[in-house]
Amino acid sequence: MKTYTYYPGCSIKGTAKSYEASLLQVFEALELKLEELPDWNCCGATFYMSVDEITSFVLSSRNLALSETLGRDIVTPCSACYLTLLKTKDYIQKYPEIREKVDAALTAANLTYSGTVRVRHPLEVLYNDVGLEAIRNRTRLPLRAFKVAPYYGCQIVRPFQEFDDATYPETMDHLFHVLGAEVIDYPVKTRCCGGSLTGTIADVGLRLNYILLKEALERGANCIATVCPLCQFNLEVYQKKIIKQHKELAEIPILYFTQLLGLAFGIEAKDLGLKQHIVSAQELVQSLHHVQPMV
Amino acid sequence: MQILRKVKYENELNPEFTSWLSTIPGGERVRECMQCGTCSSICPVSIYMDITPRRLMAMADSGFKDDVLQSFTIWLCASCYACTVNCPKDIKITDIMYGLKRRAIEEKVLPRRRFAIPILARSFVNMVKKNGRITESRLVMTLALKIGLLHLLRMAPLGWSLMRAGRLSLKKEQVQNKEQIKTMLKAVEA
Repeated sequence: MKTYTYYPGCSIKGTAKSYEASLLQVFEALELKLEELPDWNCCGATFYMSVDEITSFVLSSRNLALSETLGRDIVTPCSACYLTLLKTKDYIQKYPEIREKVDAALTAANLTYSGTVRVRHPLEVLYNDVGLEAIRNRTRLPLRAFKVAPYYGCQIVRPFQEFDDATYPETMDHLFHVLGAEVIDYPVKTRCCGGSLTGTIADVGLRLNYILLKEALERGANCIATVCPLCQFNLEVYQKKIIKQHKELAEIPILYFTQLLGLAFGIEAKDLGLKQHIVSAQELVQSLHHVQPMV
Repeated sequence: MQILRKVKYENELNPEFTSWLSTIPGGERVRECMQCGTCSSICPVSIYMDITPRRLMAMADSGFKDDVLQSFTIWLCASCYACTVNCPKDIKITDIMYGLKRRAIEEKVLPRRRFAIPILARSFVNMVKKNGRITESRLVMTLALKIGLLHLLRMAPLGWSLMRAGRLSLKKEQVQNKEQIKTMLKAVEA
């Protein structure tokens, strides 16, 4: 059984618990083990970099250093954590003055980091390590009634990753295709959801999410799939508010990509955290049992 | 009629700012900007900005320090890196925006009082310094209290729906080895 070091990040332990539930279930179903990084700390997200960049790198390097002692790839489902870890690695390597400061801080805390840890997102692990064929073989209930708009958001594909295109990625599209779902061509798939702008400059944040919802609905999607806790939060939690302002919109469930995989694998909806959603996906879930399972 | 001059005279510009700009990690290539406007056209929030990213690059590089630091633009940047990956001159615009935010916080020049974005960033940083991790519910509460009660009231229905869905936990998230975090932060300040 292949084992990875699992770095959840703060959102996964907070508002995005259903992401964690579905991620762990799906990995287990594929016989992959996620072992939580002991005593991990916050990556600093986008906020730390706007206040104190060096400290942000220092904080992330602690996670990298802790992870390095375990000698495995580090897997993180949150786009912000993923980007921050990759950026930290990159900057430590490129800027000697950053490396020096990070090393000094690590040494003071009896830690070392040599730069060998490979940082990965579960989407990439599933795509490259498991592969589409194995995922097709594991599928029990094909997602025939699902018309999915694959929404990647920004930070998972930009600018340090090397597994997919930065503006028109397709790994998630291929994944849903083998699950039997109809994949909607979604040209805004990497357009930013605004991150924390929904909470700070609401007019701007809500408008960005309105565009994402409208585009998905207009193209006939009946659900949107996400890879990031913040994207999921923005699209789902503010959805009622957005619909109130834009009556032409209808409710649309926003699911983690791991929940779609889990459903197709035949895992119970409640074990995938689907009960924690504000916009219910019940209709879609029920549809699974009305269609012929794949032989 | 009074004639207002909109463009600065050369002696009103700040050359120190120009040279500082190129020291931001990721800001090395700002001089290379050829003003193509790709950044502004791809930016999902540029329509709300007072100075578009293309213009901001030119102004920052020319030393329009006050105008740049006081702009709304730097705070609107949501760090989606679309400009960065599309810039034909490989200018790391997002990183420059971060650098400008840091400088604006340092010099205490903000678009207005009680401006939510830097307040949120500060609260976030303080929570990480203290606990090593973020508790989302507590962060939102801190922000609301600092911005004003009206904001808190506006957030209430949202909090309620999260609570009902079982997604709001008030339990404090923290690392065990807080001493280690403290030691590292201290070392970096030294």
